[in-house]
Amino acid sequence: MSEAATTAMLTTADGRPLKEALATAQARARRKAFLLVLPLLLFVLLTFLIPIGYMLKRSVEHDGFSASAPELDAWFAANPGFDYANPPEAAYAALVKDLARMQVEKSTGIAGTRINYTVPGSISLFKGGARAAKDLVPPYKEALLAVDAAWGEPRLWRGMESASSKYTTEFYKVASDRKLTDDGWAQGGDKERIYLYLFFKTFLVSGIITVICLLLAFPIAHLLAVLPMSKSSLLMIMVLLPFWTSLLVRTTSWIALLQEQGILNNLLVWMGIISDDSRLPMMYNMTGTIVAMTHVLLPFMVLPLYSVMRVIPPSYARAARSLGATSWTTFRRVYLPQTLPGIAAGSLLVFILAVGYYITPALVGGADGQLISNLISFHMSKSNWSLAAALAAMLLAAILLLYWLYDRLIGIDRLKLG
Amino acid sequence: MKKLLVLSTALATMGFAAQADVTVMSWGGAYGAAQNQVHLQPWAAKAGVAGVMVDSDNPAAPIKAMVEAGNVTVDVASLEYADVIRLCDEGVLEPIDPAILAPGADGTPAMEDFIPGSVVECGVSTDVWANVYAYDTTKFAADNAPKTAADFFDLEKFPGKRGLKKGAKAVLEFALMADGVPAAEVYATLSTPEGVDRAFAKLDTIKSDVVWWEAGAQPPQLLADGEVSMTTAYNGRLFAAITAENKPFQIVWDGQIYENEMYVVPKGAPNKDQAMDFIAFATTTEGLRAQAELISYGPPRKSSLKEEILFKGSEFSMAPHSPTSNLGNALPSNFEFWVDHDAELNERFQAWLSQ
Repeated sequence: MSEAATTAMLTTADGRPLKEALATAQARARRKAFLLVLPLLLFVLLTFLIPIGYMLKRSVEHDGFSASAPELDAWFAANPGFDYANPPEAAYAALVKDLARMQVEKSTGIAGTRINYTVPGSISLFKGGARAAKDLVPPYKEALLAVDAAWGEPRLWRGMESASSKYTTEFYKVASDRKLTDDGWAQGGDKERIYLYLFFKTFLVSGIITVICLLLAFPIAHLLAVLPMSKSSLLMIMVLLPFWTSLLVRTTSWIALLQEQGILNNLLVWMGIISDDSRLPMMYNMTGTIVAMTHVLLPFMVLPLYSVMRVIPPSYARAARSLGATSWTTFRRVYLPQTLPGIAAGSLLVFILAVGYYITPALVGGADGQLISNLISFHMSKSNWSLAAALAAMLLAAILLLYWLYDRLIGIDRLKLG
Repeated sequence: MKKLLVLSTALATMGFAAQADVTVMSWGGAYGAAQNQVHLQPWAAKAGVAGVMVDSDNPAAPIKAMVEAGNVTVDVASLEYADVIRLCDEGVLEPIDPAILAPGADGTPAMEDFIPGSVVECGVSTDVWANVYAYDTTKFAADNAPKTAADFFDLEKFPGKRGLKKGAKAVLEFALMADGVPAAEVYATLSTPEGVDRAFAKLDTIKSDVVWWEAGAQPPQLLADGEVSMTTAYNGRLFAAITAENKPFQIVWDGQIYENEMYVVPKGAPNKDQAMDFIAFATTTEGLRAQAELISYGPPRKSSLKEEILFKGSEFSMAPHSPTSNLGNALPSNFEFWVDHDAELNERFQAWLSQ
C-alpha cells in the first residue's frame, strides 16, 4: 500500500482530512495565546522598546544646525576636505546667507546650541553673527571676521561641517572624554576628563554594593529558610518593611542618622568613643552612598536567595555530615553550590539596579559619591538630551555586555528569581 | 450605547473643568508660597478659575521637556534670567507683548517704570534675587564675625564646614570675587583659561570642607542643623528662615551675585490668554510690592520702591534684606556668558568635584 493512500484514509468524523483539521485547531489555539499576550506585548513595546529606540536615535541624531543652515550644508557636501584654517569666500557667503535666514526664522538659538555642544562660546557668536548678517556686504569673509574674529577658527568650521549632517557620532566622542580642537578630535585635558572615570567608578561601586548585599543577605535568607514558619514570617515582614517604604523616606532617614550632627555621631560622642571635634563624616560622601544604596537594594538579594534556599532539602547536609564531612566542607561542597542560582540572580539584580541608581547618590553622595546616572540626569536638565542619550546608550551597552558574559560563564537558564 | 454617551459626556465635562485650572510652576518653599498667596490666588479669585501652584527644583528643565514632548500642562513658570533668554532663543517660550503690562501706580508708562533689563521678549521680571552667603551667629563671636567674601574661604580664622551650590554658575564668580577680582572684571577673567583655573584653585582651598547643596531649600536647613557654619543661599530663603523661624543667621552682603527672576509662558500653554492676564496682574506696582513684602527679593519696578517696603505690614523694614538696596560689591549675573559656557564649565566642575 502506498503512503499517499494511508494518509488519505485518516479523516475526522465529518469527513475532513485529519491533517487539515488539526492545523486549523492549532492555529486557533495559537491565535488565542497570541491575543492573551498581546496587551503585555503592546505595553512593553510602547513603554520600553519605543522609548529606548527613541533614546538611541537621539544619541546619533540632531538636526538643530543642519535644518537651519541649508546653504552651508550644500557647500560642505560639495567641498569635502576643504582647508579648515582658511575656508574660501564661497563658504562665508553661504554662512552669511544662512545666518540671515536664522535671524528671520528665529532659529539662531537652536543652531548655536548645536554647535556650542562641541565648540563652547558659539551661542553668542551665532546670535551676534545673525543680527549683523543682513547688513553685511561682500566680500563676506572680511565682513564676518570683522564682526567677530572667532568666525575664522578652524575648530568652529570643523564643528559646523560635522553638524551639517543630521546624523553624528559627536555625542559619543564627547561622552568618551574627547574634545574638538583646531586639529580635530583629541583626548580632553586632565582637568576635563570625567565620563569614562565615572563609568569605571559606577561599576566599581555597584560591585562593592553587590558584594556587601550578598554577605548581609546570605545569613538572613538562610535563617528565613530554616526557621519555623511562625518566626520566619515575622522575619520576612522585617525584610519587606523597608521594601514597602518610600525610597525618599528611607534615604532621608539615613541622612538624619549618619550626618555629622546626626543620631549615630551624637551617640558616639555621648559614649565618649569619639570627641566632638572629630565627628565621623559618614554622609555626603562615598560611604553615605554605599550605606544607603546597600540598604535600599538588600531585599532584592534576600528574596531570590530565600526562594532558592527554601527548597534545598536539609537531608543533603545531614547526609554529608554523616559521611564524615566537617561543617565547613558541608557548607562549601554541598550547601553553597545549591544556592548558586539564587546568588547569581540576586547579584545580577542588585548590580544592574545599582548601576542605574540616581536619586540616592544625588541626595547623599556629596562631591565624590556621584555616579554616571547623576551626570545623565544633569545633561537632561541642562537640555543636552543627545549627550545624555549617548551616555545612557553606553551604559546600556555595558550592561548588555555583562549580561552576555554572565550567560557565557554561568548560563542564564540557571537564574532563579523565585 | 446610552451608557457610553453618559460616560463620555461626563468625561468631557471633567476635561473642561481640568482645563480651566491655571497652573503656575515655581520654585516651592517660601518663594513659591509667597507667589501663590499674593499673585496666583488673588488673580484666580478675580478671574473665577482655580489656580494651581506646582513646585520644581528649577522649572526650566520640566518646561523644556514639556514643550519638546508636546504635552504642556503648565501655563506660567518662574525662570531665571539666563534660562529665559536661552529658552526664548530656542523657541520654547511665548513672546510677551509689553503692551499688556500695566502702567505704574503713579502713571509712569510700564516700560519706563521697570528697571532696565527686567522686561525681555519672553519674560517679565517679578523680582531681583541674589546669591549671598550667611553664617550661624552662634558659631562666631560678634567682634570676630565674617564680613567679606574672602572670609568665606578663610578656614583658619572661621573654622567649620561650608555650604556651596553644586554647580558652576555663581560659585565660580563668588570664588573669583573672594580671590580679589573686582566685580566689573569677573566675567572677563572667567573667559580665560587662567581665570577658570584661578577660580578652581580658590575652591580647592576649601574643597574638603564643603557640603554641596542642590535645592534652594537645603542651605537654610544645613545651617539650622549645624552641618555647616556658613553657606551660600538665595537671600530670600535665608530671610524666611530668619523672620519666620527665628534662626540665628546673618547675611553677609559682599561678593553677592544678583539676577532677575521672571514669569514666562511656555509655548503651547493650555490657557495662554489667561496666563498673559495673570502675568499682567502679578507684575503691577502693587503685585510686585505685595510679593516683596513677603520675601526679601527686590521689586523690579521703580514705582514699587517709592515707599519703604515693610515686612507683612509690620514695622520691620525690608531694605537691609533686599538685593536692590544692597548693591555694594555686587555682581549682576551675565546671562550671555552662561548660555555660552554653562555646559563647558559645568563639565569641568563635575570633573573637579570627582577628583
